[in-house]
Amino acid sequence: MLHVTLPRWFLLSLVLLLALMPLGATTFYLQLGAKILIMAIFALSLDLLVGHTGLISFGHAAYFGVAAYTLALITPKYEAANFWLTLPVAVAAAGIAALVIGFLVVRTTGVYFIMVTLAFAQMLYAVFHDTKLGGGSDGIYINVRPELTVAGFKPLDLENPAQFFYLTLIVLVVVYWFLSRILHAPFGRALAGLRVNEQRMRSIGFPVFFYKLGAFTLAGAVAGLAGYLAACQFGFVNPEILAWHQSGMVLMMVILGGMGRLHGAVIGAAAYVLLQELFSSSALFGGYAKHWQLPMGSLIVIIVLALPHGIGGMIDLAWRRRGFRQEEVAQNADG
Amino acid sequence: MAEPILQVRNLTKHFGGLAAVDNVSLEIRPAGLHAVIGPNGAGKSTLINLLSGELSASSGQIIFRGQEIGLLAPEQRSRRGIARSFQKTNIFPSFTALENCRLAAQSRQPRPLAWMRDALSYESMMFTAKQVLAAVELSGRAGDLALALSHGEQRQLEIAMCLATEPELLLLDEPLAGMGTEESLRMVELIKKLSASHAILLVEHDMDAVFQLAQVLTVMVDGRLLASGTPEQIRADREVQAAYLGEPENRP
Repeated sequence: MLHVTLPRWFLLSLVLLLALMPLGATTFYLQLGAKILIMAIFALSLDLLVGHTGLISFGHAAYFGVAAYTLALITPKYEAANFWLTLPVAVAAAGIAALVIGFLVVRTTGVYFIMVTLAFAQMLYAVFHDTKLGGGSDGIYINVRPELTVAGFKPLDLENPAQFFYLTLIVLVVVYWFLSRILHAPFGRALAGLRVNEQRMRSIGFPVFFYKLGAFTLAGAVAGLAGYLAACQFGFVNPEILAWHQSGMVLMMVILGGMGRLHGAVIGAAAYVLLQELFSSSALFGGYAKHWQLPMGSLIVIIVLALPHGIGGMIDLAWRRRGFRQEEVAQNADG
Repeated sequence: MAEPILQVRNLTKHFGGLAAVDNVSLEIRPAGLHAVIGPNGAGKSTLINLLSGELSASSGQIIFRGQEIGLLAPEQRSRRGIARSFQKTNIFPSFTALENCRLAAQSRQPRPLAWMRDALSYESMMFTAKQVLAAVELSGRAGDLALALSHGEQRQLEIAMCLATEPELLLLDEPLAGMGTEESLRMVELIKKLSASHAILLVEHDMDAVFQLAQVLTVMVDGRLLASGTPEQIRADREVQAAYLGEPENRP
């Protein structure tokens, strides 16, 4: 269950601040910002499984990648695809992939669940890597970004970095709101029950399988949303997008930010992307920059050891010290 | 006499070569308390696990309200009206007492996939949750985390969660284990009250409580059914005395 719900005014002012960013930031920072927002959506989707339901999926990139490939495959070569058509198709493809795979994997628990989610993701990786379907290991280009039109009018031009940034911000806000509603609804409460005590959930009559499958499918579809946006941003999709590195990276983001809190997933994504950017900057580290994984990995180990509930957990603690929303904490505190 | 709510016929459970429950048959009436006693390792908990679906039987039948339920999963049996407590307290420790009961009541909601509405705004669930907390005298601790409750209170809470699922048959696995005298007395009163309106199968080592509560007693030894009858009959049974009650430390 949610640990601390950040107050609405705080979240709103944060969104407002981000919305002001395009006024001052360069294209580079806008693209970096959009990347963070996309990864935040991806991490949020995984946290629904890992942090809220207690299902450690190690193959979550599969659904991200399926949506990205779907966009790449249905986009015409020399003209823009319709945003309103391709987005639902890509998200549905990711959701269906998660439904089918989930139907098989949610029967397992613990380390077996980790292994089979990984195995299915690697199978999809092999499909895209070793067949001609998506251009094999070379990947496939999306030459023209989808076109977003409303009644003949184009409110957001996806080719424009600032406007693309706004699109990702809007999607993130909607996803965040949607997930926080779901987690407070009976469905979300049941997922929390599953995480805490699955046996008890069965013996009070919950059809555990269907709840897990629902969570898995929903998480897959939301990951698909992130994958679609990522494909839009980079204009290029290759098999690495659904490889296990990608699954590991998003899991790291969730852990870094603190599992089981929505703001944690967002913080974790931001921290990860920014740290990676920092350590791989050759302006700062010169020739060592290409070994960015070494300092990055060490820092993550240190953060995880020092902050068992992630960066988000530290923020929650500060919040609690100030006595904020104490009653909510008491109702939802966890272990 | 009323039709039995639960009929167990020739129930057997093998663990490898060991028959933990060996050809056991018994009947439970729609209201009242049926206690199962026996020394450690007699198969009492295994019997409860077979009835609740935690384990599946090697052979035999379990008929609940006229229907065979032996192949159903625990959640399906719960939905048919069987609730259970566990030997080791089994609750949601990090949730409040109220949320424990509300979640149990939620399992009976007709529309489990109303995704967007706040769970706390469903009045029927909240009503049931508060009602069952009151029934076990935990209303005062509704807002406390379950892990902050005393051992006795946690066991009361577990029974409240069972009640929230509106069961007809309660399976109670050693509800008095590890309790202090005062807590025990309170729990015995609670079980007595419940047995007026529910069928209860009780596994318990506290012989004072068992003889005080039970209308029917079944004695198990080594997975087999040794004797079954009223408390008076069981007390008078020589075989039972030799096998079980005769041990001085267990004498009522």
